[in-house]
Amino acid sequence: MKSITQRFGRKQRSYGKQKALWGIAYVMPWLLGFIFFFLIPLLTSLIYSFSTVTANSEGIGITFMGMKNYVTAFTVNTSFNRMLTEAIVNMAVNVPLIVIFSLFLAVVLNQKFLGRSFARSIFFLPVILASGVILTLESSSLVQAINDQNAGSGGLINALGSFELERLMLQAGVSETIVNYLTGAVDRIYEIVSQSGVQILIFLAGIQTISPQLYEASKMEGATGYEAFWKITFPMVSPLILVNMIYTIIDSFSRNELTDLIKTTGFVQFDFGLSSAMAWIYFLAISIILLISTYFVSRKVFYHE
Amino acid sequence: MSVSRWLSLESWKRWLWSFIRLTLIAGLSFVILYPILQKISTAIKDKADLYSPVVVWIPENFTMSNFLDAIRIMDYWETLFNTFALSATTTVLTAASCALAGYGFARLKFKGSQLLFACVVLTILVPPTTILIPIYLNLKDFTLMGLIPLLTGKSVNLLNSYWPFILTSLTANSLKAGLYIFIFRQFFRGIPKEVEEAAYIDGAGVGTTFTRIMMPNAIPAIITTTLFSFVWQWNDSFYTTTYLTSSKVMSTQLSSLPYNLSIMLGSDPSKADPFYLSMVQDTGILLAILPLIVIYLFVQRYFVESIERTGIVG
Repeated sequence: MKSITQRFGRKQRSYGKQKALWGIAYVMPWLLGFIFFFLIPLLTSLIYSFSTVTANSEGIGITFMGMKNYVTAFTVNTSFNRMLTEAIVNMAVNVPLIVIFSLFLAVVLNQKFLGRSFARSIFFLPVILASGVILTLESSSLVQAINDQNAGSGGLINALGSFELERLMLQAGVSETIVNYLTGAVDRIYEIVSQSGVQILIFLAGIQTISPQLYEASKMEGATGYEAFWKITFPMVSPLILVNMIYTIIDSFSRNELTDLIKTTGFVQFDFGLSSAMAWIYFLAISIILLISTYFVSRKVFYHE
Repeated sequence: MSVSRWLSLESWKRWLWSFIRLTLIAGLSFVILYPILQKISTAIKDKADLYSPVVVWIPENFTMSNFLDAIRIMDYWETLFNTFALSATTTVLTAASCALAGYGFARLKFKGSQLLFACVVLTILVPPTTILIPIYLNLKDFTLMGLIPLLTGKSVNLLNSYWPFILTSLTANSLKAGLYIFIFRQFFRGIPKEVEEAAYIDGAGVGTTFTRIMMPNAIPAIITTTLFSFVWQWNDSFYTTTYLTSSKVMSTQLSSLPYNLSIMLGSDPSKADPFYLSMVQDTGILLAILPLIVIYLFVQRYFVESIERTGIVG
């Protein structure tokens, strides 16, 4: 009897162990890549940022320099400070707008109306089009500029629209900063729409997992659509607000001038040390922002379990 | 009486909301489609129409010469083939390796797998710029832990080949691969454990269960990740311009299009008409995104009607 249980126990353990071994095998390709294409480069880059790197035919020479590269990045380089602050300010302005806007659109696109699937496929189009090189080139299109000039009337209406809105809100006694923020958002609508494709997708997926019974029950109790949104939809998707916020922050940082500056410093001026130092400051800035925002948002997040 | 009044108020409210919704969606759809429509209109315009004040959308003189110019300068067909080969290879390899890793993290728990998954999240958070230079130098003198110099006597330069893309995607560390691992893990966690256990009881091993049971169930997640990875690789200029300096792929050809055009025009690049350059560049962008739009037309229904099963949320 004892031997049977023993054997049984051993067999169970070995089954668990077997699965763990398979787990290691399945994760192995990623682990190798993680070590060789991520961890080692990350540490190397940290070392580079503290030293002067000279690359010649014999290989790479590294001389330890202390904090010199970091000091250079902040005090000597002419544009680093400005670009870093610009990137952070832009992010602080855009992230709340994108998250709120994409939540709103996801709620709208979840309702039943004629042509819903058509509208959805248009709204997901920016996921494909507004990325990488196309976005960079689009902003420098001269034809677009000249067409906007030619179609002067259209531009005028546009300006008039947000101008009217501004006047209306100022008269209603809304604070000037908020008015400027909102009208600025209206003027940059393309930028915001084109950056919220993935976020709409995530929110929509989240809203569709909410069980319809909740809405039915609330309707029976006499809740309006507005109340149902704030009492059901909003708490249920609040974990995704956190996810989307993090995604938007990372995404907004992957498409700015600073990335180009770091790249030019590294590959055009061949100042690998300075470039690594800039990249590390940049990484630290992102981490601090992520930590702070995650801390504040995650306290408000409602988890179903 | 009161009931009918209440009904009519309610129906008024509903009518008003659908009107607002229609306006909003139509307006925003226009905002999204506007650049594409404008590019189409620019691409079929003649050079003369560019300065004509009466032409806004529909050109007076239709022409295909912009397309022909852009196709010739970009070496379109060769570029298309190269880009397609590159994107397809990385997509297939990335999806395979990320699915493996995602399944490993979701179902085959081992000591330290939590910690390793935290590392996956770290790869999402660290900007690629931070690790670009060491990777670049590493690929320039690729030694594979000193193995290659032992065999051939010297290290190999992997730059300007597809090897950097193949190696990183084979090891699930290509562009945004952390995100795909995350999606796969969430999705596999959502598949009931009973399905897997039934397979084990019927005598399937871990490998068979994965390929025969789990993968067919994971088709929505596979579509999401392959579409994302294909599109982002297609549009990527960050890694492409670093790893591939002289090969002809879409993103490098697009960014050097105006320069190549002005060289072809034969004059001093600084004297060429900037509007004409921009016009051909717009045509080039249109040509570059055309294959993506065609692909999107085929796969969009998976996004549109069954998003909850794409595994993004789990």
